[in-house]
Amino acid sequence: MNTLTDTTTFDLQSSTLREVNRALHVPGVAGAFSIRNPRGAHALAAGVNAELEISIEGHVGYYAAGMNQQAAITIAGNAGVGVAENMMSGSVRVTGNASQSAGATAHGGLLVVEGDAAARCGISMKGVDIVVGGDVGHMSAFMAQAGRLVVRGDAGEALGDSIYETRIYVRGSVASLGADCTVKEMRPEHHEELAALLAAAGYLEDDTHAYTRYGSARQLYHFTVDNADSY
Amino acid sequence: MTEQATAHGLRESATFDQSTMAEIRRAAATGVYDIRGGGSKRRLPHFDDLLFLGASMSRYPLEGYRERCGTDVLLGTRFAEQGVKPMHLDIPVTIAGMSFGALSGRAKDALGRGASAVGTSTTTGDGGMTDEERGQSKHLVYQYLPSRYGMNPDHLRMADAIEVVLGQGAKPGGGGMLLGQKITSRVAKMRTLPEGIDQRSASRHPDWTGPDDLTIKIQELREITDWQVPIYVKVGASRTYYDTKLAVHAGADVIVVDGMQGSTAATQEVFIEHVGIPTLAAIPQAAQALRELGMEREVQLIISGGIRHGADVAKAMALGADAVSIGSAALIALGDNDPRYAKDYEALGSAAGYFDDYQDGTDPSGVTTQDPELQMRLDPEAGGRRLANFLRVMTMEAQTIARACGKSHIQHLEPEDLVALTVESSAMARVPLAGTSWIPGSATGY
Amino acid sequence: MCGIVGLHLRNPDLYPRLGEMLSSMLCEMEERGADSAGVAVYGDPQWCPPGTVTVSVLESQQSSLELSTAVTARLGTSVSIAQVGETQLISAPVDVEELKQTIRDVAPGSLVAGFGQDLAVLKGVGHPRDLAAEFGLASAQGWQGVGHTRMATESAVTPGGCHPYAVGDGQCMVHNGSFSNHATLRRELIRDGVTFDSENDTEVGARYIAEQMRRGATVEEAVHSLSEEFDGFYTLLVSNRDSFAVVRDAIACKPAVIAETEDWVAMASEYRALTDLPGIESARLYEPEPNRIYAWSRKEVSAA
Repeated sequence: MNTLTDTTTFDLQSSTLREVNRALHVPGVAGAFSIRNPRGAHALAAGVNAELEISIEGHVGYYAAGMNQQAAITIAGNAGVGVAENMMSGSVRVTGNASQSAGATAHGGLLVVEGDAAARCGISMKGVDIVVGGDVGHMSAFMAQAGRLVVRGDAGEALGDSIYETRIYVRGSVASLGADCTVKEMRPEHHEELAALLAAAGYLEDDTHAYTRYGSARQLYHFTVDNADSY
Repeated sequence: MTEQATAHGLRESATFDQSTMAEIRRAAATGVYDIRGGGSKRRLPHFDDLLFLGASMSRYPLEGYRERCGTDVLLGTRFAEQGVKPMHLDIPVTIAGMSFGALSGRAKDALGRGASAVGTSTTTGDGGMTDEERGQSKHLVYQYLPSRYGMNPDHLRMADAIEVVLGQGAKPGGGGMLLGQKITSRVAKMRTLPEGIDQRSASRHPDWTGPDDLTIKIQELREITDWQVPIYVKVGASRTYYDTKLAVHAGADVIVVDGMQGSTAATQEVFIEHVGIPTLAAIPQAAQALRELGMEREVQLIISGGIRHGADVAKAMALGADAVSIGSAALIALGDNDPRYAKDYEALGSAAGYFDDYQDGTDPSGVTTQDPELQMRLDPEAGGRRLANFLRVMTMEAQTIARACGKSHIQHLEPEDLVALTVESSAMARVPLAGTSWIPGSATGY
Repeated sequence: MCGIVGLHLRNPDLYPRLGEMLSSMLCEMEERGADSAGVAVYGDPQWCPPGTVTVSVLESQQSSLELSTAVTARLGTSVSIAQVGETQLISAPVDVEELKQTIRDVAPGSLVAGFGQDLAVLKGVGHPRDLAAEFGLASAQGWQGVGHTRMATESAVTPGGCHPYAVGDGQCMVHNGSFSNHATLRRELIRDGVTFDSENDTEVGARYIAEQMRRGATVEEAVHSLSEEFDGFYTLLVSNRDSFAVVRDAIACKPAVIAETEDWVAMASEYRALTDLPGIESARLYEPEPNRIYAWSRKEVSAA
């Protein structure tokens, strides 16, 4: 049996974005899809709600895999602004770099960026797990509410500003911490959690002891005059 | 003024009046700015300053009981050929976005019932879509806000329209706010927040800024919903002429402009009273922008902020709106600030008709609270009936005026049917001062 | 609010293809702004004959023949003129200030859209794709070009409101974003004797940079100084005859992508503008970091 027969292939040089997304949205759709020549298209494979395997061969524009539910989407290339924004479940893997606001407001699932993620990675994240192979830019995990962010490289300025209950693990340096974000102790459960996240992302070799945990100091949870400078 | 002050002929300062002095004392005591709900309380040029020219000899009125005066409205027709399904409402008065969290679940339920009974739409708010409101609302607009609290693609696809919110009239440029008293476990769960905290909200969307990126965001929302539902863009009235044009360029089906009289559940007092422009001033700007783009009636304009009765509806539509939204008026119809709870309001240091501490979660009417006992005071069925009655009255009032002006549809009202009572309103609404042909500033163009 | 593109060629073999490459980049950015567009091309021998300086003129209210006759008469030397869309390119072997002044004298209401050696600035109102065709951009040559598709925010849609803003000798600036304190900075520049052609916020930025450079600042210093003074969101592309610089504000909300190969450096608001460039598959692709100036010149390659 030839497994290739199970894969439906689209080429964005001959198909429109609408045709591709429509096919991915058909109720009851199943199987594997390959999308060639994405040429920086926006909203590619956005709004999928099925257990599909989708591989995109090339660089994508804004909001690739936006609001994904269930699908396992791989982008073999770089992703533009807001990859996997508001993802609910499933997984998205970017083999290159991701632009700003990767995984913004995402509620669930796993986002892996093998390269670097730019500014605001995980902004307002609400339960997603994000693992970044390289560095993250400034204001990452801004107002992050829930979920975990793992950074194997360095983090830019104001990491975790106004953070709520997201847990952040960074292996490299952190340029600066944002308001109400603080270093936290790595207890056994955190090593365990981090190891599981790294394993899920395919980084089996990392020593969790090389990582530092960051989270909310919970000093901004109530408006008080003493915090006026932080608002 | 106290009796003593009167007896002694004491003179209150217009600049440092009693409420100003009370606020200075409050700020000095607490060191925190004043947060409240509601809309602007100061006197602003408003619809009250406009009058209709009814028909008499030169034009003929329509008979009220026989001759048709349509009230329905289609919203979201711009991309109908591409499959977008416009919303067809029976009346041009819709319910503005208000969050579950700011309002009780029972209040949202009542809004849905009232709106559906008269064939109009209701709107979610910051915090996501509840089963109550989806269940009770025949036409539901799902807001897409900077916080993305509770944002869910299933809900996007269940909505009849999507409203991308850039701002609201009470606080253009500001984010939402919800204080701990109202973050109950259900609200917290919907918003993915710890219970009881004072929520901070973003003032910008997390993954786009500006009209060029909004174009791409709208494309994404259309792709996710397979080009089925209209997309509104809501702005707080400020640079309305530009915002309207840019929203059209970005691909909006409907523009919602919320004037500064529009209410909020909680924000800084300084925001409510000092940022934005009056509803009256915003409508002609938006209408002009649509006209210049050749998009009048093709991209619909919804106006909100201080709409109270059918005359306001008719005036807003004459100035260029395709429909209006109400928030405060709908809450009052449900029972907000009702004198029957006078004692309870007084116990809170307020009074029926004056209560604006929606952020505290202590609303005696049960409308803007998450308190389990207080919210039971609002019966969703009875509240829904009151709202439906009110919406019917507003519609009939607007029809009355439209017929008096000889119009077979409320949408046929035009600026030329109006005159202004004051120089300010004449300049803002761009209709002549009553009895003259003078519009201040018209010689210089706009 | 707009799309911006820029291309700096390293390999002279590609010079004949500059226009073709730039044109495809510009057209891909049409959705980011479709009300007007503009380009600057460095080194096209038709538009900017070697040995001359060129002034790009809009709204002269005169035919090319009338204008060139009048300028020739004043200068006493022959000038060449090219009509490219709405833009008139006037070239002469004289000092650029002299040519500029002469054009101002003979066509007092006209707008100087750009000036300098080897620099042609073309602007127009309309769809970017139509304008690129009208300019004949695809057949242009040269070593460097920038382009802009505009979605006007608060200023008028006129040729004068289009980017690039080319207000210094051989200099150009294109901008995506908006400044939020430009009115005050405009007043300060006017106080210092700077004059303006439009109400556009970008022009304030361009004139600010030109003014800094006139006072002796390098491009890097001028852009750094701009980032200290200007509020707002921006991705800027600043070019002059030999160099090309990209900078984003500290918050870095407006997008930018840079691609580099041995043959060229390209910059665009979005990756899709770069997809047709030769060798893009193996280009080094990255986003400029906030508040960092990236600069390349024909003599050396550097990232400051």
